[in-house]
Amino acid sequence: MLPFILKRLATSVAVIWVIITVTFVLMKVCPGGPFDRERSLPEAVEKNIRARYGLDQPLWRQYLAYVAPLLRGDLGPSYHYQGQSVARLIREKFPRSALIGLLSILLSIAIGVPAGIFCSIRQNRWNDRLTMLITIVGVSVPSFVLATLLQYFGAVRWGVFHAAGLIRWQDAVLPALALSVYSLAFITRLTRSSFLDVLHDEWVRTAYAKGLTPLGVLVGHVLRNAILPVVTYLGPLTAGVITGSLVVEKIFSIPGLGEFFVTSVFSRDYTMIMGVTIFYSILLVALNFLVDIAYVWLDPRISFEGAKAR
Amino acid sequence: MNERRTERAKSPGRLIARRFLRNPAAVAGCAMIVALVLYALFAPALSPRSYEDQDYDHIRESPSRLFWFGTDDLGRDMFVLLAMGARVSLEVGLFASLISLLIGVTYGAASGWFGGRTDQLLMRIVDILYGIPLLLIVVNLMVILGSGLQNVFLALGLVYWLDMARIVRGQVLRLRSSDYVEAARALGVGHARILLRHLLPNTMGPIIVTLTLTIPSAIFTEAFLSYIGLGVAAPRESWGTLASAGARLEFLRSSPYLAFFPAAAISLAMLAFNFVGDGLRDALDPRGWSGRE
Repeated sequence: MLPFILKRLATSVAVIWVIITVTFVLMKVCPGGPFDRERSLPEAVEKNIRARYGLDQPLWRQYLAYVAPLLRGDLGPSYHYQGQSVARLIREKFPRSALIGLLSILLSIAIGVPAGIFCSIRQNRWNDRLTMLITIVGVSVPSFVLATLLQYFGAVRWGVFHAAGLIRWQDAVLPALALSVYSLAFITRLTRSSFLDVLHDEWVRTAYAKGLTPLGVLVGHVLRNAILPVVTYLGPLTAGVITGSLVVEKIFSIPGLGEFFVTSVFSRDYTMIMGVTIFYSILLVALNFLVDIAYVWLDPRISFEGAKAR
Repeated sequence: MNERRTERAKSPGRLIARRFLRNPAAVAGCAMIVALVLYALFAPALSPRSYEDQDYDHIRESPSRLFWFGTDDLGRDMFVLLAMGARVSLEVGLFASLISLLIGVTYGAASGWFGGRTDQLLMRIVDILYGIPLLLIVVNLMVILGSGLQNVFLALGLVYWLDMARIVRGQVLRLRSSDYVEAARALGVGHARILLRHLLPNTMGPIIVTLTLTIPSAIFTEAFLSYIGLGVAAPRESWGTLASAGARLEFLRSSPYLAFFPAAAISLAMLAFNFVGDGLRDALDPRGWSGRE
């Protein structure tokens, strides 16, 4: 197990390094600097600004100057918000996004997994077919469409929730719902197909044959085997929640990291764009790392082979 | 005569078509796509107004006999605007998936065919790319390339080839050692020819399914980018820009149809392509690969 973890850790670090380098290069080949204004600044002023942010240095120096502080979690100063560091801005904005994101992930799993199990047991009955129809609609409706609908009915028409802002805890409900529907539908489909695969295995018949109740078979034998794909989906699920937050937070005017990222894009705040991309990438890589370990832990069949293959 | 007919009914193409046509959702999806294409092609020409025409006597007017889907805050006809949006979405779906097809098939085929170290290296790169939140990369690319439809094609095509590469690689790797490839090689057929003439035609099924399922995600991503203001540039309008314009709170209160129609259009288009993609997958392989490895 330990060699596997170490190897996996090394890959994760390499991935993060690649991401940092790629985003750095992308931002440097960008035409137009962050300090381009409608009216050009006096040459001396522009030179000072460029020197202040180290933009007059050769590229490899700029790279080193960016990467070295990164190891301490310092993402540099924001180009747009004077005197503020990117790391501080992320620390300030992220908790709000995390609250909504976690809520939506919990919702998707808490409803999606049972719904998927239910469908797999009732395969091809009317309730299974109906749920499958609903989930394909759920997979097709984009989060921003859903957010608009929820805002319209939940806030504008029926006035149950606030249309915008994040002041009371109830304000997190609509955005979290808007973020969950895709993953909820996807998890339901995933759980269903994975349970269907396992339910047809021979050892399940054996479990029934030795007199276990359906619930006993499900909890004691099927669950641990069939839940694996859902565990693997945690990474993509989080990625979806992160990207969904860009637009959902904008719709509900939540001052979170997603909304902030979009604003940074338009103010061409390059350090901020890089910082958020790197921050979210590290979050995801770390999560995928944990998921892989959890996978090996849940499924002892692959641990040895997996460690060798990687 | 009779015998020949049963022979023909058993051919794989017919079997696939039969299985596909027996799936009501897939057929409905096809019909929706045809309707969408017709709407995108002909609605702007049929309407007396161009999508840029502004009618200041009819600003934010609810759907009526004159304006079937109402007018927006600039007095433009939503019926025509949505058709222009449909053009954008269809173009994006087509071109982004074609670019991803080109990159993905080349990459995957190279990886599977050469195998060994090349394969390991190429697939490790794909693994790394899978670990990155792709939409963030698309946003980064759009910041660099600037908004505009061609750039959307490019950014999406550059990002969405990963699934294709994995699937093609797996298939090529599996088929590489089959007897007919061995035979072709023994006859002295070159690498490129074997790949193009023998291997790729046999991976057509998975390729088509992946392609069909790339289309809705491309359509979604374009709408998403346009929604946050990074997609198409004015004066072109896409469903994303229209939905975002209609979703402003003050409009949501007074004229919700401005948000409703673009939202419905995106959802229906994605639904249609998902139906067709799922239908194709089920038809091409009754059990077996369902997107899992």
